[in-house]
Amino acid sequence: MSGVFSSTRAKISERTLRTDRWWLQPAITVAVLASFVVYASFRAFEAKNYFAEPLISPFYSPCLTSRCPEGASLLGHPFGTIALFGMAISPALLILIFPLGFRMTCYYYRKAYYRSFWQSPPACAVAEPHSKYTGETKAPLILQNGHRWFFFAGLVFNVILSIDAILAFRNAQGQWGHMSVGTLVLLTNATLLWLYSASCHTCRHTIGGRLKHFSKHPLRYKLWTWVSILNHKHANFAWVSLFGVALADVYVRFVASGSITNFYFF
Amino acid sequence: MSAIKKMVKLRIWRGDSKDGALQDVEVEANEGEVVLDIIHRVQATQMSDLAVRWNCKAGKCGSCSMEINGKPRLACMTRMNMFEEGETITVTPLRAFPVIRDLVTDVSFNFKKAMEVPAFEPPADLKPGEFRMQQVDVERSQEFRKCIECFLCQDTCHVIRDHEENKKSFAGPRFFIRIAELDMHPLDILKNRKQTAQEKHGLGMCNITKCCTEVCPEHIRITDNAIIPMKERVVDVKYDPLRWLGSKISKREGIV
Repeated sequence: MSGVFSSTRAKISERTLRTDRWWLQPAITVAVLASFVVYASFRAFEAKNYFAEPLISPFYSPCLTSRCPEGASLLGHPFGTIALFGMAISPALLILIFPLGFRMTCYYYRKAYYRSFWQSPPACAVAEPHSKYTGETKAPLILQNGHRWFFFAGLVFNVILSIDAILAFRNAQGQWGHMSVGTLVLLTNATLLWLYSASCHTCRHTIGGRLKHFSKHPLRYKLWTWVSILNHKHANFAWVSLFGVALADVYVRFVASGSITNFYFF
Repeated sequence: MSAIKKMVKLRIWRGDSKDGALQDVEVEANEGEVVLDIIHRVQATQMSDLAVRWNCKAGKCGSCSMEINGKPRLACMTRMNMFEEGETITVTPLRAFPVIRDLVTDVSFNFKKAMEVPAFEPPADLKPGEFRMQQVDVERSQEFRKCIECFLCQDTCHVIRDHEENKKSFAGPRFFIRIAELDMHPLDILKNRKQTAQEKHGLGMCNITKCCTEVCPEHIRITDNAIIPMKERVVDVKYDPLRWLGSKISKREGIV
């Protein structure tokens, strides 16, 4: 017997004596994250309805294979056509690792999925079901220390998705000076992603947190204080930006499949 | 005008390291009281030999740490009016530490861990009275100095609460804020504080599930302001080859 049932501890048979609904938050997290994973997987493998001039789904940007339709490839087709078992790979799968890796190694999401999926622990002062625990000291979890590399890759994606939002100030014929609901959707998505990245703990560390003497670096200190304010809301930005990506993709899918028309304000 | 009185139901764990059980008791409670007041009334009227550790009754000494309805709390800071009318309040000792008797546990684990943290090391040529620091350089560390050593963070941390065997290799959140405080201190020059945080004090065991932050009565943002910044500093010296290379080419602040 280990943990709270160890021989020297108070003899209490329950794994927790909490009386509140401690299970609710992990249950909601499982439901929402699992729904997102299922939807994102479906869309990544679907490989259609992701582009409707001038809108491109964030799941498919940058579109890097020759399967990408004309106008969807901001960076050209450097990978040509990549096939696996005779089937062309979806362009989304080529870039998935970067946003996925950024979120998987994110300090907030780690808390969320360690608690909800791995139950380590399911909630505070609720005994976890595992007999052994080594934390993030061994493979594969020691790789969580690579969060900063995904952070920097994520910044590149933020730039690309911001360009996508700017390109959405065109109409379907490619003329500038127009704005549609799709423009707002992509702009909102890019803004939320920037907020998520800017509030990241690695960003906070890189911008100034690693310094010992703030007084010698007044500009970095000022930036650190701003990032620290955003950092308080990192969990919120993590969730809202996740919904933002999914909703932007849903919108583009509806427009691309002809289910709805992209309404133009001007 | 007389204060409102009512009867409340408590279940208090009584026993020692060999055996014990929750015992039901009903006791009077007055308006404005906290759980520690009620426990004292139980001690005065019904269980004269009830063991409970307490001191300041003001949330500053960190003595009356216990678990109330399963949550690590200070009994002197838990107001009775936060409970529902008729709710039974369960009070137990801290469940991460060996019990001595009733609500008193042996928290000496924490004092042993405290002794293992390398002390503050100022530059050798600085004499007492010559320390000069800017406020912006010390204010991060000052947050951590609010710690009252109630050890609620240690109690709730699943790394040791749920795994007794990890106590050998894991210092716990209270000592991660101490290490962070020193590593961020403008006059601390001890080398390898980051490396030892990871290799000796078990920083890598923490999976940042933030329970320590949730229970801290001083509202120290243990995870966001101490543990995660320390994890990032450890990455600088152990897992980031570019930063490591940069530190070899030119002396960069913070990479020691």
